[in-house]
Amino acid sequence: MLKADPQDKSRLLDPIYALPGLRFWVSAAILLVIIGWGAIMYFRQLFYGLGETGMDRPVYWGIYMVNFVFLIGVSMAGTLISAALQLTQAEWRRPVTRIAESLTVFGLLVASLQLLFDIGRPERLVNIIIYGRLQSPLLWDANSLTLYILASMFALYLQLLPDIALLRDNLSTDALPWQKFLYTRLSLGWKGNRTQWSRLDKAITTVSILIIPIGVSLHTITSWVFSTTLQPGWKSTILGPYFVVGAIFSGIGMLFIVMTVVSQLLHLENYITEKHYHLMGWLFIVMSGLWFYFTYTENLTMIAEQESLEFPVLASKLWGDFALSFWGMVVLMVVATYIMVVPKLLPSGIQKIFIFRPRFSAASTGLALILGALILYPRFIPYPAFLSDPKTATLAWVLVFLLLLIAGLGISFWLKRHTAITSVIAGACVVFGMWLERWNIIIPTVTHPRLIAYLNYQPTWVEISLTVSSLALIGLLFLIFFKLFPPVSIWEVNEGRVIDSAQSKIEIPAPESNQTVPSNSALG
Amino acid sequence: MPRWGMVIDLDKCVACQGCSVACRFENNTPVVTPAEAVKGRSIRWNDVFPFPVDPAEDTGKYPNVTTRYITRPCMHCENPACIKVCPVQATYKDEEGIVRVNYKRCIGCRLCTVACPYGVRYFNWYAPEWEGSLAEHLNPDRIETADDLEGPSIRPKGVVEKCTFCLQRLKKAHAQADAEQRSFRADEYIPACVQTCPGKARFFGDLDNASSEVSQLQKSARAFRLLDDAGTRPQVIYLREG
Repeated sequence: MLKADPQDKSRLLDPIYALPGLRFWVSAAILLVIIGWGAIMYFRQLFYGLGETGMDRPVYWGIYMVNFVFLIGVSMAGTLISAALQLTQAEWRRPVTRIAESLTVFGLLVASLQLLFDIGRPERLVNIIIYGRLQSPLLWDANSLTLYILASMFALYLQLLPDIALLRDNLSTDALPWQKFLYTRLSLGWKGNRTQWSRLDKAITTVSILIIPIGVSLHTITSWVFSTTLQPGWKSTILGPYFVVGAIFSGIGMLFIVMTVVSQLLHLENYITEKHYHLMGWLFIVMSGLWFYFTYTENLTMIAEQESLEFPVLASKLWGDFALSFWGMVVLMVVATYIMVVPKLLPSGIQKIFIFRPRFSAASTGLALILGALILYPRFIPYPAFLSDPKTATLAWVLVFLLLLIAGLGISFWLKRHTAITSVIAGACVVFGMWLERWNIIIPTVTHPRLIAYLNYQPTWVEISLTVSSLALIGLLFLIFFKLFPPVSIWEVNEGRVIDSAQSKIEIPAPESNQTVPSNSALG
Repeated sequence: MPRWGMVIDLDKCVACQGCSVACRFENNTPVVTPAEAVKGRSIRWNDVFPFPVDPAEDTGKYPNVTTRYITRPCMHCENPACIKVCPVQATYKDEEGIVRVNYKRCIGCRLCTVACPYGVRYFNWYAPEWEGSLAEHLNPDRIETADDLEGPSIRPKGVVEKCTFCLQRLKKAHAQADAEQRSFRADEYIPACVQTCPGKARFFGDLDNASSEVSQLQKSARAFRLLDDAGTRPQVIYLREG
């Protein structure tokens, strides 16, 4: 019989044993309604054909492909972070591994659903196995995706095994039969003896080592679906690592959000602490640096060569149809990086300076917005000619930028005090920014083909509904999963506690006294 | 085995779109509503369009305007970008150099439509429909076996289709030769667009036969291939105007 720590039992096990409350049913009902609506829309699309979407010629790929790339990107962080931290024995990983790994599994499952939405004859999907062509990047992608789903499910299950046994052994006598059945069957006879632990340890280490190359391969191969074609803007060698970096980046952002939501709803403040946000924040900053580096390199080469096919694609992003999504992405990423980096850099000594006040920040944001609006719509000012002068306009834009910078500085100390909120805001910016990035990679290229007239793309309600209900499905999977299994890996946390207490007993010997040191007279 | 190729003389082409119409009737190409056509969903295996396609590109100022039209069937490339990317081998190249699509196997992933630099591949967004008498005058030719559906056969929704160099005509010519117990000659078959072209701008034949008309014409100083830099080596060769 395995005994749970009383603190863990009340926080983690008891809510699972308790029957679902009103809050659970209401959220499940809302999510189910959204998913049901999506299902109706999907069957409509299946019945009538893909013409129900906004896709056309040349825009053969739309929002489903964007979602696919985005969701497998989001799912990257979970298992990869958990595996990498596991292998490097980063102690702080323990309470967040479960959430990270389940994010990976659910993200991947819903991502593969996007492929199903996207293809014209989903019932023939099995043809990929029967008639697969080895040269096709889609075949590689299907293989890699399947492998990654299986590997990450396996990793999640392995980490879950001791906790399921704990759930089984701590069931009260009046537990429902299905609970007994579920946990007894799933625990696979786990008793927690030495042999089992050493086997589990080996298995987890092996999976952790394997899952990193599998994860990297999936994102690289997904980029190859695009970069192995001849299309302008895609045929780039950098796309593989760019996708991997973007995937980890958006994954950490999503993890910030999921981690906070789960911890708030299930009251896990004792487990998921400021330290996790702080340490993962550093990882986030490193990835944002890499992301900016890749984005800059990718676009710089296109600007510099101004090749007749590629440049229209880039121009549409810089000042054409996709300017809003491109610059929106850049602004979101800059904001995310700024609010993560600057609070970490500011020394607390300068907190007294008057500009570090949220009030000040609000005032300068307001001023910047007014000024920005006036530059964009000069007809609302008495002397519109004044701002149409290029020099004045440039000066005004610089002023807007400075005001925003001051606004950013103003809230820095507030952000510094609220690490979790800052991380969630940054995470949300990055998640949305990365969705836009996938959009900016896929859509501008398909709208600028070589021998077909350029045409724009607007997703229809079918596509939007399916996107929203895909996200709702991830939510529902989380809701059900964390109702059945603990959101924090109990055995890993306990292992951490044992290591901590053992370390606290280690006595570090005091430096030896000077008398025993050989006299330095020899040195003269 | 012949290696089929086409030569299109742009000097003789008057952009009448006769080839497009002949192709549509020969191959049962689905008709779409005007609303769908505006969305870019019309299917024209053989398309006639202004070149360059991007209207923003400079074509000169009146009266010094250069307007070029190009008529474009499938290029049946020697090194096709579409075949390499098909995950289910639904699109493939046969021994006579024709790039074909099996409607029964296609999963509709549209990677080939994205990969083709010429934009010759079309997707069936809806199930094909023909209004009124159009439905009564479909080409009855079918290329169909247990796991293969090609050519002018009616396509299901959600699959990709494209020009086949009128494969059904080639099959018929082969069958005729077999029935008469003689070997097949390369001049026994031409696609519908070549047959119908009023300006006689299109030539069709065996590129491997040095004395064939297309082999002779492709040596012309005016000969060029569309998007030659793409490295696909099209088997449709154009002769420049002038």
